[in-house]
Amino acid sequence: MQRQLRAWMPQIALLPSLILMTVTVYGFIGFSVLLSLTGSKMMPNFGKWVGFLQYERVWANPRWEVAVQNFAIFATLYIGASLLVGLVLAILLDQRIRAEGVLRTVYLYPMALSFIVTGVAWQWILSPDLGLERAMHIWGWENFRFDWIKSDKMAIYCVVIAGVWQASGFVMATFLAALRGINPEIISAAKIDGAGGLSVYRFVVLPALRPAFLTAIVVQGHLAIKSYDLVVALTKGGPGYATELPSTFMYAFTFTRNEMAMGAASAVMMLALVSALIVPYLYSELRHAR
Amino acid sequence: MLADGVSCRGVAAHLRRALLIGVLVIAALMYLVPLAAMLFTSLKSMPEITGMAGFESNTILTPPRAPTLAAWGEAWSRACISVECTGLRGYFGTTIPMVTCAVAISVSIGAVNGYVLSKWRFRYDTVIYGLMLFGCFIPFQIVLIPIARVLGLMHLSGTMAGLVFVHVAYGITFTTLFFRNFYVTVPDEIVSAARMDGAGFWSIFLLILVPVSGPIAIVAVIWQFTSIWNDFLFGASFGGANARPLMVALNNLVNTSTGTKAYNVDMAGAMIAALPTMVVYVVAGRYFVRGLMAGAVKG
Repeated sequence: MQRQLRAWMPQIALLPSLILMTVTVYGFIGFSVLLSLTGSKMMPNFGKWVGFLQYERVWANPRWEVAVQNFAIFATLYIGASLLVGLVLAILLDQRIRAEGVLRTVYLYPMALSFIVTGVAWQWILSPDLGLERAMHIWGWENFRFDWIKSDKMAIYCVVIAGVWQASGFVMATFLAALRGINPEIISAAKIDGAGGLSVYRFVVLPALRPAFLTAIVVQGHLAIKSYDLVVALTKGGPGYATELPSTFMYAFTFTRNEMAMGAASAVMMLALVSALIVPYLYSELRHAR
Repeated sequence: MLADGVSCRGVAAHLRRALLIGVLVIAALMYLVPLAAMLFTSLKSMPEITGMAGFESNTILTPPRAPTLAAWGEAWSRACISVECTGLRGYFGTTIPMVTCAVAISVSIGAVNGYVLSKWRFRYDTVIYGLMLFGCFIPFQIVLIPIARVLGLMHLSGTMAGLVFVHVAYGITFTTLFFRNFYVTVPDEIVSAARMDGAGFWSIFLLILVPVSGPIAIVAVIWQFTSIWNDFLFGASFGGANARPLMVALNNLVNTSTGTKAYNVDMAGAMIAALPTMVVYVVAGRYFVRGLMAGAVKG
């Protein structure tokens, strides 16, 4: 008996987490999927099944259309820009800079802040009356205009700016870690074979960074889909609902507009999007895992 | 001729170096400007901020002319959050124990899970690991409604204990990932030698793996501490009026308007709320980056 217990100890130790995960991740996902097929309004109500009606209602809603468009803009620019900034900073920082420690801390510190703090700070900086626009006027550029945060069309780019400011340091750290992991002998060998500075990067360093690229894209991509706090603190989804994202749409319809099933349907679509990004990544990672 | 060529190349190298440093320093300034603007604003009086008479040339980046901590005091103990005008002070007392509990529990469980999934083989272990990894990436919107239901059934709605439960449930996926990837790098031979000598499951964990876990424990603790301290979605959804974490209180403070918007108080509040995580980063950020380099983000 005791020996059997010992033999099963690893599984027993894992069991509580396994049960917790099964319920809180997969059980809850199942709950939301089922809920999205019902007519629930204020409370979950599994008495009335409506098929895919809620999905049709979500797609027919102009706010969702705005949310999807904004998400496409935000995700593309946020991921693209933070990858570019992070990569450039990592490569520059990898040139044996004496003050590397200090600079790295400076680039990384926004990651310690919450999106609420970032939102509050940038709301102030981007405000045309008191922020950057006013400062530029006083410094002599009378015609400088920067009122994106008040504009229906441009406000979403303010969310991008604040997001990239916050996240690019983390991407830099990821790339820097990967750069340090490249065997220096490979680089010297390439140089001996006559490769110059740029072609070493083009043909040796960048290909070696492929796993870091993948990690950064996956991490930033899922942060982009989750993004909720930043919009709440920076623009509250406005002006109007000009900076609506799927996450704010879900929250508003579930908790303030009493359209719980529509909220669940929008959440299921967010999950589907994440899965399309994550599942192939996890599959390729785990195939080589052992 | 030759000497000229060499010195020319020397000058070019110096120029390139100067350019490199210049770009890095400008980038650093871009990261620091928002922080400077926040700090300056929090130390100013309202007339100075809005550029009233006597302060016409004030901008967000003008250092305060007569620095005052009045706004900090206001945000700390008097600013209004919803209907209560007691500042952020009280929220530290309730948020710190909640975060501490959630971090301690999720990191300990993650260490055990990581140990099981890296040093023991059993059927479906990779599948279980894959399912846990996927759990790191779900958008929380998909679980918000069922969490609200379950917390209600467990009589944990609107309590800090409920928030601890939620943060542990969705934190152990990350901590498991960190510890598993770290323990994979510990040689299996050490573990099998210990097993030959008769060491059991827990003694191998406690005597061999825990003592070498320092670097990854720092990464896991920093990660969990910052994400739970900075959480807004769970706190706003499940904390209610009785268990309001600091970040939710900050957002309320900024959005509770009584008369004119007090930007200096908003910024002081934001800095107060951000201080703990910033201190952790500045003090331990080095170890965080080192831990990342040790393979924590290899996935």
